[in-house]
Amino acid sequence: MSYHIEGRDGPWEIVVGMEVHAQIISNAKLFSGAATAFGAPPNSQVSLVDAAFPGMLPVINRECVAQAVLSGLGLNAAINLRSRFDRKNYFYADLPAGYQISQYQEPLVGKGALSIELADGSTREIGITRLHIEQDAGKSLHDQHPSKSYIDLNRAGVALMEIVSEPDIRSPEEAGLYLRKLRTILRYLGTCDGNMEEGSLRADVNVSVRRPGEGLRTRCEVKNVNSVRFVMQAIEAEAHRQVEVWEAGGEVLQETRLFDPARGATRSMRSKEEAHDYRYFPDPDLVPLTLDPAWIEELRSALPELPDAKKARFMAEYGLSAYDASQLVAEAPTADYFETLAKGRRAKAVANLMLGDIQAALNRLGQSFAATPTFPSEAVGALLDMIEDGTINGRIAKEVIEEMEASGEGPRAVVARKGLCQVTDTAAIEEAVTAVLARESAKVAEYRAGKEKLFGYFVGQVMKAMGGKGNPALVNETLKKRLA
Amino acid sequence: MPLDRSTIRRIARLARIRLEESEAERLRQELDGILAWVEMLNSVDVSEVAPMTGAITIGLKMRPDIVTDGGDADLVLGNAPERVGDFYTVPKVVE
Repeated sequence: MSYHIEGRDGPWEIVVGMEVHAQIISNAKLFSGAATAFGAPPNSQVSLVDAAFPGMLPVINRECVAQAVLSGLGLNAAINLRSRFDRKNYFYADLPAGYQISQYQEPLVGKGALSIELADGSTREIGITRLHIEQDAGKSLHDQHPSKSYIDLNRAGVALMEIVSEPDIRSPEEAGLYLRKLRTILRYLGTCDGNMEEGSLRADVNVSVRRPGEGLRTRCEVKNVNSVRFVMQAIEAEAHRQVEVWEAGGEVLQETRLFDPARGATRSMRSKEEAHDYRYFPDPDLVPLTLDPAWIEELRSALPELPDAKKARFMAEYGLSAYDASQLVAEAPTADYFETLAKGRRAKAVANLMLGDIQAALNRLGQSFAATPTFPSEAVGALLDMIEDGTINGRIAKEVIEEMEASGEGPRAVVARKGLCQVTDTAAIEEAVTAVLARESAKVAEYRAGKEKLFGYFVGQVMKAMGGKGNPALVNETLKKRLA
Repeated sequence: MPLDRSTIRRIARLARIRLEESEAERLRQELDGILAWVEMLNSVDVSEVAPMTGAITIGLKMRPDIVTDGGDADLVLGNAPERVGDFYTVPKVVE
């Protein structure tokens, strides 16, 4: 089902392309030997190259190039054996050189693609136009002083990948899925940590609207949107604004805009009007970057299993549904956790428990499958084994999980301490059934007269009488026999 | 392509150079002359020649990913016209 905005006189389609800036994971910066760690004291990770002192020359960090090549390979993209650096010129206080070293005409990585899976289960390919490497700028703090901005150059010179998509995105949902998928792939590759709060991943969104079947209309660029949710909101708000402009007989002007999450609207960044004239030219300090095909093959052979492949394997190997498999592969540590548990156990049971009660508990605790002291895989494995061998039933498992969450104990300790073992003693079950049926004689008569859906009610009453610990299969069986 | 004065003013603005109106015409003529001179190159047929960005044929040298620099804010801020603590300060630039 396609996404449309209902206009006054007919539907509008939206056309979106994204430019994502992803901070490359490396120890040192792209062209200097200063460190990249987040949160260091101001200007403590700055070399004279980053501060653009006269005469300082850039020397490229091999690891940053390798990371960008890996990212390109992960996006099924062509790697250009020859690429080049250009200067992008503009003035801003956090850009001491007055230009950013970027790649304009000859990027490191060419065309690729990424596939997204929509809510209805269908998939779409979103084209990647290019990926290039460039320097980040420093950070300006505007709220420290009434008339001054503070400048910290720690981030200046840190390596970024700019990943540009084709204008293939047709709805806010697709934009969100694209950004999530890109983030997942980069995290699998270990080339970007994907942390949007810390600014390791930032999106610029190009939005235009058109009547179905039309060519492209003028687009606006919404800059620096820093969460998936805001990307989706920004597209929706900007598209509606453009529809209103066109329908009022106006014209959308190509401009840079900012999304204000508090107002849920975009606004023009007038100061950027002239900034698009970047006067790119080849950086005379850097000769073209030429790569050895053997090195690229070496990097390719080190590629990890990527999310799409892992998902397909989980479905084939473990018989999981597409939905469960998608959930499990979204983060590599979650997938690893699953595979550890699935060895010798029923995969579907593992997936259900992980994605259900355990995930909910982790969310409450602010933990994740990557690092959970409360639910290490051994503990959850023990819990699964107790369910499987009939020591506890599924309902009790939920109680055990809550108790583990509260006390930090292992599952066997919880079950022993609280006496949660499932009752499989047929005499005890018979006794409970007899009591319930005696008490509910009116309902038993109704049931016998044909109101069969009362059966569930009886099961519930018996389980309640047994403190939830009755073996559900035995309870069912006993009730069936007695009501027959 | 001859330059007009509005282009001269735009170039000056982008380069943050203050230009008096009286200077614009003189600069226009000078730059026009320079461009015309450079445009002589267009008379050479380079359709069979790959673009060259430098005279050096060696590839770009790369360095290992090791932290070797930084850790000296005072050195970096040594020439700062203004600072507060270890920050540079500039007149407020905010949208």
